[in-house]
Parts: sequence; C-alpha cells; structure tokens
Amino acid sequence: MKMVMAIIKPFKLDDVREALSEAGVSGVTVTEVKGFGRQKGHTELYRGAEYVVDFLPKIKLEVAVGDDQAERVVEAIQSAANTGKVGDGKIFVYDLDKVLRIRTGELDGDAL
Amino acid sequence: MVRALPLLFSAAVLLPGTVLASPAAPPAPDSGDTAWMLTATALVLFMVIPGLALFYAGMVRSKNILSVLMQCFAITGLISVAWVAFGYSLAFDTSGMEAGTVNLGSFIGTLDNAFLRKLGKDSLVGDFPESVFITFQMTFAIITPALIVGAFAERMRFSAMLVFMLLWFTAVYAPVAHMVWAGDGALMWDWGVLDFAGGTVVHINAGVAGLVAALVLGKRRGYPGTPMPPHNLGYTLVGAAMLWVGWFGFNAGSAVAADETAGMAMLVTQVATAAAALGWMAIEWITHGKPSALGIASGVVAGLVAITPAAGTAGPVGALVIGFSAGVVCFFCATTLKRRLGYDDSLDVFGVHAVGGIVGALLTGVFAAPALGGFGEVADIPAQVWIQAKGVGFTIAYTTVVTYVLLKLVGLVLPLRVDEEQEAEGLDLALHNERGYNL
Repeated sequence: MKMVMAIIKPFKLDDVREALSEAGVSGVTVTEVKGFGRQKGHTELYRGAEYVVDFLPKIKLEVAVGDDQAERVVEAIQSAANTGKVGDGKIFVYDLDKVLRIRTGELDGDAL
Repeated sequence: MVRALPLLFSAAVLLPGTVLASPAAPPAPDSGDTAWMLTATALVLFMVIPGLALFYAGMVRSKNILSVLMQCFAITGLISVAWVAFGYSLAFDTSGMEAGTVNLGSFIGTLDNAFLRKLGKDSLVGDFPESVFITFQMTFAIITPALIVGAFAERMRFSAMLVFMLLWFTAVYAPVAHMVWAGDGALMWDWGVLDFAGGTVVHINAGVAGLVAALVLGKRRGYPGTPMPPHNLGYTLVGAAMLWVGWFGFNAGSAVAADETAGMAMLVTQVATAAAALGWMAIEWITHGKPSALGIASGVVAGLVAITPAAGTAGPVGALVIGFSAGVVCFFCATTLKRRLGYDDSLDVFGVHAVGGIVGALLTGVFAAPALGGFGEVADIPAQVWIQAKGVGFTIAYTTVVTYVLLKLVGLVLPLRVDEEQEAEGLDLALHNERGYNL
C-alpha cells in the first residue's frame, strides 16, 4: 500500500477531488497548510509599512491507496492540479505499513 | 461652530428673565431645528461607537481588538459623565467674558453650571432645547479623546489611560473648545479663527496629543522590524464608512440649525471626502503600484477631517481642493514621514488627524473668501490664513505642553505601559481576561 501526499494550490482542490473520484479513490484527507518553495512569498504594504510574507497558503492532500492504484492517483492529481506556473506544488509517495478501520477492525486492503 | 452663536447664547441667558417678567408662555422650540439637532447628535455618537471603534479595531493585531473597542466605550462613558459634572460648564459657560477683552474667561469657563444646575427643561439655545445642544457638544467631547487611542494602541495600560483621558479632557479639550467656540471674549474666537465644526478643537488637538503620547510611551516592542499588519481591514472599512455617514451630523449639525448653512456643509463634506479618497488612492497607486483598501479608508478620514473647519464657509470647488490636498499630504505623512522620523503612532492619529486638520484649517482661510466661491466674511485671504495659522500654532503649542505634563504626572503614579509579557500576550487577555476571537 502507498500513501500519496500532495501539496497543491488551494483553488485547484475541487478539480483534484473530482479527478480522484474518477480514479476510484474512496477517501481523502485535506489540510490547509502554509509553506514556501520556488514560488517564494509576497509582500504586503500597509500605509507604507512593507511586510514580506514568506509562507503561502496551500492545500495538503493525503490519500491511502493500494499499490496497483498509486500510479493512477499520482497521474490524476498531477493533471488536475497543473497550471503550468511556479507554485503548483509537489506529490510525495511513500510506503504504508498498516491500515485499520476503527469501526470494524478490518485491516489493510479491506480497510482502504 | 457658526459665528451666530453669541446671539444664540445671549438668547439662552436672557430667557429666565423673560419668563419671569411676562406671564406669557415661554418661546417654543422650532421643531425643524430640534429634529435635525437630535438626529445630528445621534450621528456624531455613531461616529465614535461603533464607527471610530471599528476603524481602529480592524487595524490592530487580533490579540488587541477588544482593548481598543473597550477604550472607545469606556471613554464614551467617562466623558459623558464628566461633561455633565463639569465639562459643559468649563467649555461653554460665558460668565465674565467680554468681546475684545482677555481675562480668565477667554481661556476657560467657570464651574457655575456644574452638574447643569442652570439647565431647565425649557432652556433654549437659539430655537432648540439646550438639552439637545449639551448632548450634541458632549459627543464632540467624547470623540476627541477617543481619537487619541489610535496613537498609543497596543501598549497603554487601561487604568492609566482612563486617568489620563479624564485629565486631558479637563485641561486640554475643555479650554480649547472654550477658546474657539464660547463666543465673544473667548481667545481664538476674538482672533477671528474660523473653525466651523472642530478642525482645531477636535482633530489638531487630538492628533498632536496622540503624537506626544506615542513619543512619551515609546514604540511598541519590535516596531518597526516585526510585522504588525492590521488584522481585519473589513472592520476598518466598515468603520470608515460609518465615520463618513456620521460626519454629516458632525459638520452639518455644527450649523446648529436646519438651514442653508447645514445644507451647504453637507454638500462640501461629501465633495471633500470623495476628493480625498480619490487623491489618496491615486497617489498610492502611482507610488506603490497598487491602490489599497486601507489607503482609500485613510483618504476618506483625511478628507472628512480637512473639510471640518471649512464646512460652514467653503463652496463646493473649495471643498474639492481642500479634500484632494488633504488626501495627498496625509498620504505622505502617514507613510513616508512617519517611517523617516521613526515614531510609532500606531494607527496614524497624527498623520491623518493633526495633518489633515492643519491642511484644512489653513485652507479654510483661503476658501472662505467669496472671491473663491466661499461664504465667509473674508476679503483679505492672506490675513485670514495668518489668523488660521495663529489658531493652529497656539493649539499645537498648548496641547503639546499640557499633554506632555499630564502624561508625566500620570506616569508618576501609574505605569503608563503594560509590561513586556503582557504586550506580547496581547492586551485583550492581559488586561481584560478575554479574547476577541474564540474560533
């Protein structure tokens, strides 16, 4: 099993959510996060007082999937979240040891 | 206040005698004037709470929102009580005053009317009830100290603030209002200073006091290195809009009648404010690349301040020039000048109110002239501008000295500032045991 974690632009969330549904994903966790990468931050100006804001708001998605599904999910996120501009985000994939559904105690593949 | 006020006051003074001498019914108030002055009074109070309170609340950091709202509310309560107890008497009592004579009465009224003991239910000022005039003037007395709050926001102790405000109201607001507005025999009134609705009494007075307070208290910890951006500019814009609407009570109400002067005051107030908003927006767009919401709100207030002394004498074109000038000049003072000089006037009380007030006071002398579309009795423009400058200079000097002394005196008894830990925690939690936001 794999955990696919993606950082995307906030306004792309709906597109990505649709693409994930089409790819057969049955559950996603979404978190509002802040960070910086190549896009850098921006400056804000209040009555002449200039502030550099380093951290930009992004969305973090976490999707747990079976090994066979992982590649499809990565592709779905990439094509849905892509604007072609700096700051579109990144996708991270890592191995998942164990999954357990709290209500039933089902494990791994059955719990996904 | 309009120049017709001495007549209004003498009518009020004569009234009891008139009533005693004749069994006829006392003169009835004019319902039109009374209705308008009741409305104008409510509008001016609306400027303070919630208008000014929200304007300021949005500009502080989220940990200090309640502290500025609380200060505005507490000042409203404190000054209302002080106004009835002794303030109205100090500001508007005319005993011993004589046109052209400088005596104690030129500077401050007596306490003869303390607790409004001379006020009867049917006392009139002009042709509307004196009770309404007292409340109308009370709202001006409330907003002036409340304006100062912006200068020391995010660092002054609440208790020291209350003591300072009571002393400042007594030793600065009441005498300055008296000197400008109390009629024949009052110092600046006799000089011929034109201050229709309080450019000098309210805005220069509060703006300069704010600068002195910011300097005496010192900068907020971390200023200017640490970002201290406004936490909710939506509040600030709502507050600015309330100030704009309420200001019709402030300026058109200062005609103390529902008449042609009030009508013209309303028109020029709107025109000057619009011009100042556009002026600030334009100059900011040119120099910083983008027009900002805080900028346009600041321009609105700068224009309202600048037209205040001129509202009874300027024509619409004069108002355009006054407003636009205030927008541009205040922009430079609140942005560039403040940065250069390094003082921490948190919410730009000096840069907007004192500077806007000075621009307005001087230009009042110019655009009161009928030759420039004004309605004042001004034939010699340079002479009137000189009189205006004298009024401005005197007020700045008086306010600077007395405000400084009062702060130092209060500081001997009570610490003026919160300690470092409280400042970092935020005044809401440190001084009021509350949070503005429990999300």
